Amino acid sequence: MSKAALLLLLVLAVRAQDKPLGLGRPATAAEIAEAALTVFPDGRGLPSGSGTAARGRAVYQAQCASCHNDNGEGRDAQYPALKGGIGSLATRSPRKTVGSYWPYATTVFDYIRRSMPFDHPRSLTADEVYSVTAFVLFLNGIVAETAEMNAKTLPAVKMPNRHGFIRHDESPVSRARRGTK
Amino acid sequence: MKAPRRKFLALSAALTASCKKAEVPSESGAHMRPYGERAPQEQSVRIIRELSKSPGTGSSRTPLHEIYGIITPSALHFERHHAGVPAIDPATHRLLIHGLVDRPLSFSLADLKSFPSLSRICFLECGGNSVGDYSGNHQPTVQGSHGLLSCSEWTGVKLSRVLAEVGVQPDAQWMIAEGADASMMTRSIPMEKVLHDAMLVYGQNGEALRPEQGYPLRLILPGWEGNTNVKWLRRLEFTREPAQSAKETANYTELLPNGQARQFSFVMDARSVITSPSGGMKLARKGFHEITGFAWTGHGKIAQVEVSVDNGQTWALAELQEPVLSLALVRFRFPWRWDGAETRIMSRCTDETGYVQPTHDELLSVYGPNAGYHYHAIRPWRVLPSGEVVSHV
Repeated sequence: MSKAALLLLLVLAVRAQDKPLGLGRPATAAEIAEAALTVFPDGRGLPSGSGTAARGRAVYQAQCASCHNDNGEGRDAQYPALKGGIGSLATRSPRKTVGSYWPYATTVFDYIRRSMPFDHPRSLTADEVYSVTAFVLFLNGIVAETAEMNAKTLPAVKMPNRHGFIRHDESPVSRARRGTK
Repeated sequence: MKAPRRKFLALSAALTASCKKAEVPSESGAHMRPYGERAPQEQSVRIIRELSKSPGTGSSRTPLHEIYGIITPSALHFERHHAGVPAIDPATHRLLIHGLVDRPLSFSLADLKSFPSLSRICFLECGGNSVGDYSGNHQPTVQGSHGLLSCSEWTGVKLSRVLAEVGVQPDAQWMIAEGADASMMTRSIPMEKVLHDAMLVYGQNGEALRPEQGYPLRLILPGWEGNTNVKWLRRLEFTREPAQSAKETANYTELLPNGQARQFSFVMDARSVITSPSGGMKLARKGFHEITGFAWTGHGKIAQVEVSVDNGQTWALAELQEPVLSLALVRFRFPWRWDGAETRIMSRCTDETGYVQPTHDELLSVYGPNAGYHYHAIRPWRVLPSGEVVSHV
């Protein structure tokens, strides 16, 4: 039986097994909309609004540069570099940055919107988040300075390391012992 | 004060005390206390490492060498925070469950405590425990090298029981869990784990969760890397796809030598370590010493622990303290007569799947030096003729 079929059976079993106890109250559409902050790789969850790197430069200087440095160079390990390292992952000195490592541009928007700036997160407007996201992508040479980032264009951005991630449930040590790469 | 110095002073005090006669008081003792505290002589503490100028962000490590049994006192449980410890009012805190469900619901803490409850002892280990060992930066003590590891009895409700209320739809493949810390940290969890043994937890070691452990509500995923056990839990969203959040792409992924990175590497592999004698300690004399430590695996039960006292040339089985619980720390013991010569002592565990804890060299041959997470190799401690125990891989 396939894994998906097994999971379906498991879900159906859980649905059949426990009768609801009537606990909790219905969540309203408004509170779900307010709380649902996650942006998915296909763009679901992105707000309306837009921004460009050109507009993002000023927001970055005001909100981000004090930790991440003037042009995303970072400041020691606590304030990681946002740019560079593209092509370095398979070398002896890999540099993991947004540009070299992050597989989805939507993650950049999601993370900036939910967690940044570090000392007052969720204080930026949607346009500011789009603009800073565009600026960080621009610093890495991924988008043009004038390219508009919005709910349609951002999910279409191809990150350099989009296909750099693998998922194996089995431990890499076990795989190596069995002679599997 | 550094641990060895503290130990030396404690030893001196003990020697002085042993010459004095213990006196039984002739007057009635101290008053009772509504909430107890340990004896003032007991000074075991976590090591705190703050990672940024923002208070509360970073990690603190459990003094594994000073723990008895398998339960970590809540006050000594390791911490890893990404934006400090939030102060949450349990009276107003709610958990929202939505997405691919028939009935999106909002639960108060009282609602969640009304479900049939469940308690389970399991370990929690940070995915980044011992990160320094990958690059040869071996911490001198077991607290420094392995201290992002603890074990508690967690109490709450089985998540699948709560999901019966909302009616998860059959096409849900992932659950996005979000915390109420300032960074609103988020992880995506596959449905298999959600339905198998995930718990919504409000209790730790017999009382409410500590603020540092997610008060008033956290996710517990037994055997999975600490970061997925989202603290201060506020929202669960059921989806077809993972969120690809920052903490499951930029972090908590293992960069392998070929430039590819292992993602969604949730399970903590079998691991053990000798906690006594360990780095920073000093054997006071030749002769009998009990070697003891912990073994654990995210794949179920520990099957056996072997100890070598001759630099890995020969191995013998250690005794495992019963009960050996699945996905919990296991305490092992091994009697040893030290002949005073320099040697290296180490432990190696095997779990019920047959997985044998690798050596440092074997682990590095697979993961390379830049993987960053899921380090779980055998840790030797070097015992010098002076009795001093030092870190050495």
